[in-house]
Amino acid sequence: MEAGKLSKFLKNGAIWGFIVLELIFFSVAGEFLSLSDKAFMDVDNMLLLLKQSAPIGIIAMGMTIIMVNGNIDLSVGAIFALSAVILLDSMTWAVFADLGDWVIPVSWTLALLTGVVLGAINGLIVWKTGVDAFIVTLGSMLGFRGLVFMYNGENPTSSLNWTLVDFAEAQFLGFHTATWFLAVVTLIIWYVMTRTVHGRNAYAIGDNREAAVNAGIKVGPHMLINFMIIGFLAALSAVVFYSESGSVNPNDGQLYELWVITAVVLGGTKLTGGAGSIVSTLGGVLAIQLLRKGLGHIGADTSTVNLVIGLILIAVLFLDRQLNTKGKEELKI
Amino acid sequence: MTEQKPALRLEGIVKTFPGVRALDGVSFSVMPGEVHALMGENGAGKSTLMKVLGGIYQPEEGQIIVEEVPTVMTSPLQAKSKGIVFIHQELSLAEELTVAENIYLGELPRRSFGRVDWAKLYAQTDAILEKLKVGFNAKTIVGDLSIANQQMVEIARALTVDAKAVIFDEPTASLTDAEKVVLFEVISDLQSQGVGIIYISHRMEEIFKITDRISVLRDGSYRGTLETRKTNEEEVTQLMIGRALDLSRNETHHEMGDIALEVRNLSCGDLFKDISFEVRRGEVLGFYGLVGAGRTEIAETLFGLRDPSGGTILLDGTEVRVSSPADAISKGISLVPEDRKGQGLVLGMNCRDNMTLPQVGDLSSGPFVATSAETEIFDKYKDKLDIRTPGWKQTVGNLSGGNQQKIVIGKWLSMHPKVLIVDEPTRGIDVGSKSEIHNLIRELAAQGYAVIVVSSEMPEVLHVSDRIVAMFSGKVMRTFTSEEVTEESLIQAISGITATDKVA
Repeated sequence: MEAGKLSKFLKNGAIWGFIVLELIFFSVAGEFLSLSDKAFMDVDNMLLLLKQSAPIGIIAMGMTIIMVNGNIDLSVGAIFALSAVILLDSMTWAVFADLGDWVIPVSWTLALLTGVVLGAINGLIVWKTGVDAFIVTLGSMLGFRGLVFMYNGENPTSSLNWTLVDFAEAQFLGFHTATWFLAVVTLIIWYVMTRTVHGRNAYAIGDNREAAVNAGIKVGPHMLINFMIIGFLAALSAVVFYSESGSVNPNDGQLYELWVITAVVLGGTKLTGGAGSIVSTLGGVLAIQLLRKGLGHIGADTSTVNLVIGLILIAVLFLDRQLNTKGKEELKI
Repeated sequence: MTEQKPALRLEGIVKTFPGVRALDGVSFSVMPGEVHALMGENGAGKSTLMKVLGGIYQPEEGQIIVEEVPTVMTSPLQAKSKGIVFIHQELSLAEELTVAENIYLGELPRRSFGRVDWAKLYAQTDAILEKLKVGFNAKTIVGDLSIANQQMVEIARALTVDAKAVIFDEPTASLTDAEKVVLFEVISDLQSQGVGIIYISHRMEEIFKITDRISVLRDGSYRGTLETRKTNEEEVTQLMIGRALDLSRNETHHEMGDIALEVRNLSCGDLFKDISFEVRRGEVLGFYGLVGAGRTEIAETLFGLRDPSGGTILLDGTEVRVSSPADAISKGISLVPEDRKGQGLVLGMNCRDNMTLPQVGDLSSGPFVATSAETEIFDKYKDKLDIRTPGWKQTVGNLSGGNQQKIVIGKWLSMHPKVLIVDEPTRGIDVGSKSEIHNLIRELAAQGYAVIVVSSEMPEVLHVSDRIVAMFSGKVMRTFTSEEVTEESLIQAISGITATDKVA
């Protein structure tokens, strides 16, 4: 029992240990290598880091459910972009011209609805055709991205609303609006995963789909709901991000799916489904953002950052595999 | 035989895992040309011993001696090069490749620049296949072959080396009777070529038919070797479990209630046709037949996993349609599936959550899980079914087969079904827990449940059933009461011999 507890702690706590390691490393290395005299662990810097984690982080929470459920969603980056286009474009629509600032909730709703509908399309196809989610969302990733380009060609879609910018840049108790969104989403999804029937069934389906069916669980509707959740969250992420920036390029959000999956996997969620935790995903999100920011702090360029993150991801999965295989052999008699 | 040198000898093999002495000084030997059975309950150490022999595990003590030469095994491939070959229960073939490519996988004959010497490959393969007298050739795609023939490919693979000892691990598990005959011929051919054979099986019938000696393991230690001709099933069983297993005929009948489930002329394509039977409350109805006779498929149809192509299902006298497992569960039909780990349990989940999985939605108020109600149910059925686990938090994958099965049974009992279908109740469960599960099934009938038991083990069917439906090739051959049934008549019925007899 003791051994089990230790390995469980190692597994769940590893990502946080890694974060502490990063903090120490970048603080020390920053002293020697950084061009600015500001410490890495400066409060403002850390608050900014949390804010910057939000766009990927919010989607990663949805991806955790999807992956625990045994699926994957590659179309989140495209959903993110399309929702952003709807958000910004709808603010300039003539029908809403008389609304004044009341256009904000309307546009938000439209953007979020876009995400939910796109997610539902993914979910319905996966459910009704039985085609693997990887293939379905690979297709919709291309398709949704196509819609983005059809909307406005190669041109950016822009609309800057200063009320919105003020809201997005506001700080409450020191934390930025985006950070609060991430926190609330994390809390809600954590609650869904650990306390609700839907969450319980998602784990069961991901771990052993056949057994779940035999227990009378309706697999299809659960998958549909999960795809709608991640669609909503991808749109929410766009809402949070573009409320501030006010301009979306048709290529925005590309590779988001890979960053999100990287964060989720770093957090220990199994690609095969059935295991994963929201709290660890949050750890994965923060670890990646720390790495990006930290490497920038000590003067590394973007390409180095990508190389290092790639290497770390593989190292983490290798380590995880080693730990797991060893555990399995011990049990086998 | 005594003056010969053993083909393979194991001496005092010890292998321990944290907290468990998996092998405790196991010794035995196989003579050239001998078929030597290795028997023991699940967990007795057979598979560990084979892994030691294949170099997957290194023993802490003892040695492996091949033709009087002490040998250290480092991998299955290295074992093969020493003439020790394994034919596994689970086939490991590349289905898209040809028979020849599979047989020489990893050691294809080559020409210059690494090109495959196809002519040589096919010639060599056909030579081996000829020895086995099989009905396919070197260029056949493995995926197109029957399971039995795929097994022949595995055996052919073994023959590419100069085999000294061949180990068969449950080779007949998925074979038909006709295919078994062919396999036994191949084994006797190998025997006559002076190859030593280790034959691992649970099936007494086969063991007594083809082996020369029987060695028994129990709890990781060697319990003795018997000469097959001079012993009998009882002696072997006693050696295996340390006592005799009660598998007498069921003679007590409980008070029967109304008909809970009636099936009329149920058909499902080619799988089964015109199946009719009824089960009363308080009754255990056994389904017996060979693999492929359609028993499991009937269970799956009743549980909504298959759509019937004709016929009616009546629950408590009213006709019902069962469209899905969820539908079946809500109507009061539940299924303990054949493959416990693959179909019955979510292995990564804890005991409690597994037990309450089908009703977690009903227990909850709104979207939130009602954990205290779940724990209550688990505790109740843990005591009722005597499930041995430290607590509900234990991951189900860590429990023994018997306790896992009790979790699956408890899962359904806690929902008070009208009909409980148990498919292969004791597959992969050790002998001790077997009788517990048998008693439990009888007990459930006594409590007034209508129980259907599907089993491939005749003693089991005879032991638990009030009536037995004998099936052959998708049809009901005959329904026996436990008073009239005899082993002979049952075997005849499931072999299709009594087709002209009365059909119940």
